[in-house]
Amino acid sequence: MAKSIRERLSGNEAVATALKQINPDVIGAYPITPSTEVVHYFAQYVADGQVDTEFVAVESEHSAMSVCIGAAAAGARTGTVTSACGLALMWELLYVASGHRLPMTLNVINRALSGPININNDHSDSMGARDSGWIQLYSENNQEAYDNNFMALRIAEHKDVLLPAMVCQDGFITSHAIENIELLEDADIRKFIGEYKPERHLIDGKPLSVGPYDTVQFYFEHQYQRAQAMIKSKAVVKQIFKEFGDLTGRKYDLIEEYKMEDAERAIVVLNSSAGTAKVVCDQLRAKGEKVGVLKIRLFRPFPAEEIAKALSHVKAVAVMDKADSFSAVGGPVFADVRSACYELANRPLMVNYIYGLGGRDVPVENFFKVYEDLNEVIKNGKTGNIYRHVGVRGV
Amino acid sequence: MSSMLEIRWHGRGGQGAKTASLLLADAAFDSGKFVQGFPEYGPERMGAPITAYNRISDERSPLHSNIYEPDYVVVVDVTLLDAVSVTSGLKKEGAIIINTNKSPEELKPKLEGYTGRVYTIDASSIAEEVLGNRSLSNTSMLGAVVAVSKCIPEGKFMEDVKTSLNHKFATKPQVIEKNMTAIERGMKEVKSA
Amino acid sequence: MIYVKDANNNYNWDEVSPGGNITEGGTSLQINTGDWRIYIPKFFESECIQCMLCFPVCADSAIPVNKDGKREDFDFKHCKGCGVCYKVCPKIDKAITWEQEDK
Repeated sequence: MAKSIRERLSGNEAVATALKQINPDVIGAYPITPSTEVVHYFAQYVADGQVDTEFVAVESEHSAMSVCIGAAAAGARTGTVTSACGLALMWELLYVASGHRLPMTLNVINRALSGPININNDHSDSMGARDSGWIQLYSENNQEAYDNNFMALRIAEHKDVLLPAMVCQDGFITSHAIENIELLEDADIRKFIGEYKPERHLIDGKPLSVGPYDTVQFYFEHQYQRAQAMIKSKAVVKQIFKEFGDLTGRKYDLIEEYKMEDAERAIVVLNSSAGTAKVVCDQLRAKGEKVGVLKIRLFRPFPAEEIAKALSHVKAVAVMDKADSFSAVGGPVFADVRSACYELANRPLMVNYIYGLGGRDVPVENFFKVYEDLNEVIKNGKTGNIYRHVGVRGV
Repeated sequence: MSSMLEIRWHGRGGQGAKTASLLLADAAFDSGKFVQGFPEYGPERMGAPITAYNRISDERSPLHSNIYEPDYVVVVDVTLLDAVSVTSGLKKEGAIIINTNKSPEELKPKLEGYTGRVYTIDASSIAEEVLGNRSLSNTSMLGAVVAVSKCIPEGKFMEDVKTSLNHKFATKPQVIEKNMTAIERGMKEVKSA
Repeated sequence: MIYVKDANNNYNWDEVSPGGNITEGGTSLQINTGDWRIYIPKFFESECIQCMLCFPVCADSAIPVNKDGKREDFDFKHCKGCGVCYKVCPKIDKAITWEQEDK
């Protein structure tokens, strides 16, 4: 087992530390709240000679992602950090990065998208980017954000995957909160991430064109390839999670099943509020109530089978969405979880809650209410309104 | 989680309530605890009321919400008593610690019937005398909080906070001793009703 | 490996290169774009004064210049017949003509 270093860091410090230890070849970045600190810290590492990274201070996030794409095509280990509108400005390039099968990591410090303008946390930024062909990992706390960075890099660079990966964590709630964390030693990280040796890249001395026009005759085949890579990546994620667990003792899986074995009511949630939901779950369990929490760690590719299996014995499920898709029938996590359960012989009753938008605090009361509502759903034997909100005034 | 201590800080932008909460988190961490230190973020500007939080426990707390029923409340700026409901949710077996030159008895009428312990500390005057600036009250407040809450053994705390300050003020070593004095005075001079 | 000269619509998804990368250099040389022509230029060497106005304007690099610095006849595998060379030719009795191609 690798040696562990006891520390206390904010989520942003944890990401900056992980990036320092990875020592990427190229970082192109533009600061935006609440991810700005990571860029500050990293620029300082560069100035102090603590990393060998070529740091490109660009004029926008569009350029930041373009730098990463160029660097990755040239065989560099690369990545960036952003939030909210910064991610939105990267939009077209996100598809370019994954479409050209360029591995890199992007830390998304989740923040609400304007408008009206808001700088606080929700998931409308990364949830909007869920269909851009990127691997998406979500982090409950600073520890997971730190650990996910190393695993994301390995997943992205794996020859069966070759897709860029996002590591998401909640802006301010975890990014600016100091918490205990166990760090790894540089040597163990070097060993775990190894050297990046892409099969081909732009400056390997042989002719190569990246990003040619893809005609009608070939585009569809390339999209099928990308979809196949996403399908294959699930096994790779599992393998790399296991390797990391063997190294650190921190066992991760695609989903985390918290007291789910005999649960009759379950909450499905991702990122920081999963912790708060677990506290509520514990308190209800202490009163003998059969409740559980299913935390999604990997959102892309979507672990549909695992989620369906975990929910197969549950009577009623509440899926929490910290982003609205404005489909008028529920949020993005709900749509996927509900669809995943369609094949189940005994489908649980399932409702959706939009919660915590724009930094609205998510106290334990939100989850007590949701568990209580699920009792009502079970008693009635039907869901009633599936598209619900918790924590918004007047509802 | 029964051993968890929750602290809520009230200050105004620029007074260092956030820094104090992070210093406390640092010191508690150094004494072997699990900590959380986080501010409530908004459009911050100098003088606007701000809130910061600490959770200190023997096991990792997975809670990621603000603190609504704190064990202790720390008020860095006494004028907030007229602007914010600082005792909201404060446990009656807990305590409130206020930066003021007034006595606890004088302030009680402003505490919306709070029946728990009330402590005062003239941290701004200590800051002026020791650090030459009334607005640098956060270190003596930190001392007062540790003395009242006993969240860290005092001797251990003095050792650990020195380490933290050495780290934080590596480029300004002249302020370290002064801040240590401010912390010590905060611990000694805090008084209850 | 699929080479550009062999590229056709029969390759399946697992045969095309990831991301559409092209692992050869100068591949446009291998593509016959000459058959896109409707109009065709003709070069009359005896009329040409080697003024060198035509070859830089050719969008398809289809006017070869030899090592003596003199232009030669068109590369008809790549000439798309746009007629720009004809337009810039300063000779009153044109060294370049441009007419509908008789295919």
